[in-house]
Amino acid sequence: MSRSLKRTSLAFGIRLAAITLMLLLDGFVWSTFARATGENSRPSPADAIIEEINTQIRQTWKDNEVEPSAVADDAEWMRRVYLDVVGHIPSLEDVEKFLADKDKSKRKKLVERLIDDPGYTRNWTTIWTNLCIGQQTPRRVSREGMQKFFREAFGKNRPWNEIVFDLVTAEGHYEENGATNYLLAQMQDQDDGVQVTAKTTRLFMGMQVQCTQCHDHPYNDWKQDQFWQFNSFFRQTGKVDHRRFDTKAGRMVDDYSEIVQREFSGPVYFEKRNGLMKVAYPNYLGTQVEPDSSTNRRQELARLMTLGDRPMIAVAYVNRTWAHFFGFGFTNPIDDISTHVPVTHPALFDRLSDEFVKSGYDGKQLIRWIALSEPYNLTSRSAKKNSQDNPAIGETALFTHVYVKPLTAEQLYDSLIVATNAHKSGRSGWEKSESKRQEWLEQFVRTFGTDDGSESTSFDGTIPQALTMMNGALVRDAVSVKPGSHLHDLLAGRGNDVQKIQRLYLTALGRQPTKPELVATQKFLNENADPLTVFQDLFWALLNCNEFIFNH
Amino acid sequence: MSLITPFGMSRRHFVTHLAASAATIPAMNFISHVKAHAAELNKKQKACILMWMSGGPPTIDIWDLKPESKNGGEFKPIKTRGSMQISDQMPKTAAVMDNLSLIRSMSTREADHGRGRYYMHTTFIPNPTVVHPAFGSVVSYELASKRNNLEIPSFISIGGGGLSPGYLGMTHAPFLVDASGRINNTELGDVSSERLNQRLSMLATVEENFIRSDRGDFGSAHRDIYKKAVNLMQSKQMEAFKIDQEKKEVLEAYSGNPARGGAMGGGGQFGRSLLMARRLVEAGVPFVEVDFGGWDLHANVFDTLKNQRLPALDAGIAALTADLKQRGMFNDVVLVWMGEFARTPRINQDVGRDHFANSWSVMLGGGGLKGGLTIGETDKDGLSVVSSKIYQPGDVWATVAHALGIPLDTVHKSKNGRPMKLANGGTAIQELIG
Repeated sequence: MSRSLKRTSLAFGIRLAAITLMLLLDGFVWSTFARATGENSRPSPADAIIEEINTQIRQTWKDNEVEPSAVADDAEWMRRVYLDVVGHIPSLEDVEKFLADKDKSKRKKLVERLIDDPGYTRNWTTIWTNLCIGQQTPRRVSREGMQKFFREAFGKNRPWNEIVFDLVTAEGHYEENGATNYLLAQMQDQDDGVQVTAKTTRLFMGMQVQCTQCHDHPYNDWKQDQFWQFNSFFRQTGKVDHRRFDTKAGRMVDDYSEIVQREFSGPVYFEKRNGLMKVAYPNYLGTQVEPDSSTNRRQELARLMTLGDRPMIAVAYVNRTWAHFFGFGFTNPIDDISTHVPVTHPALFDRLSDEFVKSGYDGKQLIRWIALSEPYNLTSRSAKKNSQDNPAIGETALFTHVYVKPLTAEQLYDSLIVATNAHKSGRSGWEKSESKRQEWLEQFVRTFGTDDGSESTSFDGTIPQALTMMNGALVRDAVSVKPGSHLHDLLAGRGNDVQKIQRLYLTALGRQPTKPELVATQKFLNENADPLTVFQDLFWALLNCNEFIFNH
Repeated sequence: MSLITPFGMSRRHFVTHLAASAATIPAMNFISHVKAHAAELNKKQKACILMWMSGGPPTIDIWDLKPESKNGGEFKPIKTRGSMQISDQMPKTAAVMDNLSLIRSMSTREADHGRGRYYMHTTFIPNPTVVHPAFGSVVSYELASKRNNLEIPSFISIGGGGLSPGYLGMTHAPFLVDASGRINNTELGDVSSERLNQRLSMLATVEENFIRSDRGDFGSAHRDIYKKAVNLMQSKQMEAFKIDQEKKEVLEAYSGNPARGGAMGGGGQFGRSLLMARRLVEAGVPFVEVDFGGWDLHANVFDTLKNQRLPALDAGIAALTADLKQRGMFNDVVLVWMGEFARTPRINQDVGRDHFANSWSVMLGGGGLKGGLTIGETDKDGLSVVSSKIYQPGDVWATVAHALGIPLDTVHKSKNGRPMKLANGGTAIQELIG
C-alpha cells in the first residue's frame, strides 16, 4: 500500500485511501450491525425487505458523502425500542435480563416480544386516539369508545385498510361502535363536513387540502372543486345528540351521541372566489360515483380509499410509522405527500408502501422491518462525518444516526409509572392509571376553540414542564420511599451502595453509571449523614435529567 | 401609587422580605438569589403587549364598518376621539382612540387558522424546513439580555399556546400561564433548600454527560430551562402574576360590566389577563401576549359580538390604555391588537362570517407611536384594499421593533446558518413613527 502510494500522484493516493477506508468502515459497521441484530447469511422474506431498507439508505450515505454513526449499544437501543413500540422505558428487571443475554439474535427476539406485549396495543391506541380525536376530548365524543375501537384493532392486529374502512363508514352509538368517534370529533360545527373532509384526507391519505375549500391550491394539484367532490362523500353523514331525563337532577342531561345515515343525493354547491356558485359530484381522485340516493357514499369512499396496489392510505401510514421511529418521515411534514414536497428516499418509500400492502396492511410487520433495520440500530450520537445530517434545522434526513426525540407526555407518564413500580401495585395497574393519566395529561393541553379543532401543549420542554418534573406529585411519589415503591424495594434489597447506585441508573436511564457519575454519588454518600436522602435525590436527578426526558 | 414600589407593597416590606429570604438561603451554587436592586423597577423600560384575538375577529364589525353595504351587519359606526369612526359596540374604546391607530389595509392571504397564526406571529409563511420564532421570542431575544434583574421569563403568554421560539432557542419560548395567574408546582413542599442544592448538583453531573454526547443542543437547552425554572421558583417578581393584589375597582374597570359577558365570563378572563400583562410589563417583562379567543364566528356573529366578545374587548382596551397613561408608561409600552386573519364581509346563511385575509384591520398604539390615525382604506363592501399600499405582518412588527428600539437591520441566523431579516424585512409604517 505505501509503495503504491509513492508511485501514484498524491491526490489519487488520498482518494484511494479514502475509498479503502470507506470500504473498511462499511464492512466494519455492517458486521457490527449484523452481529448486534443477529442477522445471519440466509435472509428470510422479512430480511429481504430489511436488506432493501439498508441498501437504499446506505446508497444515500454514499451519494451524500456521509458516514453512519456506530451501532448503538444494547442499552441505548433497548430503551429506544421500548419507548417507540410499547410507549415506556423498560423495567429494571427487563434491562438486566436483556443486557446479560448472550443470544446473538436477542434484538430480533425483543422486537417480537414487544409487538406482542399488551403495551404495544396500549401505545398504538394512545397514538391513534390522539390523532383521531385530539388530546382534549371534544364535546359529545367518547374517548373510551374510541380507545375501545383501537384497543381491539391493534390488539388483534387488524389490517390497516380494514381499520380505515371502519372509521370512514362508522354508524351508530358512540360506545357500541367506538369507530364513530372519529367522525363525531370532526363534526363539532355544522359545517357541511368541511372539517371531516380536511381531516380524512390529511390523516389517512397524507394530503393537505384544507386550503382548497376556498380556492385552488397554489402549489399542489388539488383544485377547489376536488375538495367539494371529496366533501360530497360525507354529506349523508348525520349526527344525533341524544338527551335523557335525569330523575335525580330533575332535568334533561346529555346522553349518548350517534352517527346516522341521512338522505342526500345529487351535487353539493360551493362558491368560487369571484362569487360564482358551482356544483360538485362525488368523485374520488378521478373515479366518479353515482350521485343518486341509492348510493351509500361513505361505503363507496372507503372502498375506493382502500383499493389498489399502493393507495394513499398505505403510503401515509408507512410515512407516519417511519417518522414515529426515526423522528422524521420521507416527507416533511409527514402529512403533506404531494408533488411540491421533496421525498428523501423515493424508491424506498414506494417499495415499503407496496410491501405494506402485500403484507395485508400488517402494522406489526412494518414495525419489524423498521426496528430491525440498520439505521434504526445506530447510535443517536452524531459523528464527524455526519454532523450535517440534521433534519431538525431543515436538512434532508439521511438517517446516518438516530435523531433525538422528546418524550411525549404519555411516554413520560408511563415511564414514570414503570420507574416507580406503580403498575405492579393492584390488579389492573394500567387500566386504573388510564383515567389518572388522562387527567394529568390534560393540564398541558390547550384548545384554540377554532373550527379545525387545533390544540397545543405546554408539555414542550418549557418551564411548566420542568416545574412539573421538579416539584410535581408524580416525581415526589417516586422518590418518597413508600413501602412497595420501587425505590423502597431497591434500597431494602440486596447489594452494596455501588450496586444500588448502578441499579438506580439502570432503572431510570437503562444504562450503567459512568465512572465520574459513580464517584460523584459516592462522594455525596461519604459527606452526607443521611444516605437515604442521597439515594432519593439521585433518583430525583435521574428522573429530571435531559437523558431521561429524551428518546435517543 | 408610586411605580417604584411594585404591586402594592411598600418598599420597606419588599426589602424586609428580601432580607428574610436571603437569610434562609445559604451560599448557593445554582439558585440566583434575588438581587438587591430588583426593586428598582425601571418604568422607562420598553415593552409590548400583544392582544391576540384567537380564531380571527371580524374587523368589519369592530374597526372598519360598512354601514352602506349589504355586508354591513347590525352595528353602526360612532365618532371617536381620534380621526376615525369605529363600532357602536366599542364606546369606551372610542373615548381613547386619540391614543390608538388603525391599519385598515392588511392583506395577508393566509386564511387557515394554523397558517395564519404562524404568519401573523412570525412574519414568515410556514415552511417545513425552518421554524421561525414568534415575534415575542424576537423581542425577548433582543431585550432580555439587557435586563439583568429580570428573574421571570421575558416572553409571557397569558392563555395562549402553539408558539415556538424557533431558531432563537428554548430560553426564548413563551412562558404559558392562564388568566388565573396560578403557576403550578413552584413550591418545594417539604424539601429544604439544602436538599434542592444536593439534587441540582447531582442533576448537573448527569446532565453534563448527555450534553457532551454529540446529540445536538437538546441537552444544553434542557439545562438552561431548568436554570430558569429554579430562578423563577425563588423570585419575588412572581408577585406580578397575582392580580388579586390589585384594587377591586381596577379589576372591574378592566373587566367591564359582568352582566354583559364581563367579570364572570369571557370578559373577566380578558380583563384579568390584560391587568396581569400590565403588572408583568411593570416588573420588566419585555413581551406579554394576551390570548382572547372565541372569534371563529361561522354562525350567529352579531349576537355573540354584542353580548360576549365586544363588551369585554371594549372595556379591556379602554382600561389598559387609561391605566398605562395614568402610570406614565404609555409611551414605553406598545399595544398591538390582531388575530390570525379576519372574517368575510359576506354574511353566510348561518348569520356568520367565515375566514378572510384579503382586507382587514390591525390596531396599534403606545410606545411613542402616533395615535388617532387611520392607515389605508378598504372598498365600500370591505372586500379589498383600495389604498395604494397593503400591509403585511412584517410591517406591523417592524413598526413595533422601531418603537422598542430594536434596529430594523438586525439579522438572526437560522440553525442551518441562513440569515433571517428582522420582521422578514418589513418596514416601519411611516405615518405612525414619523
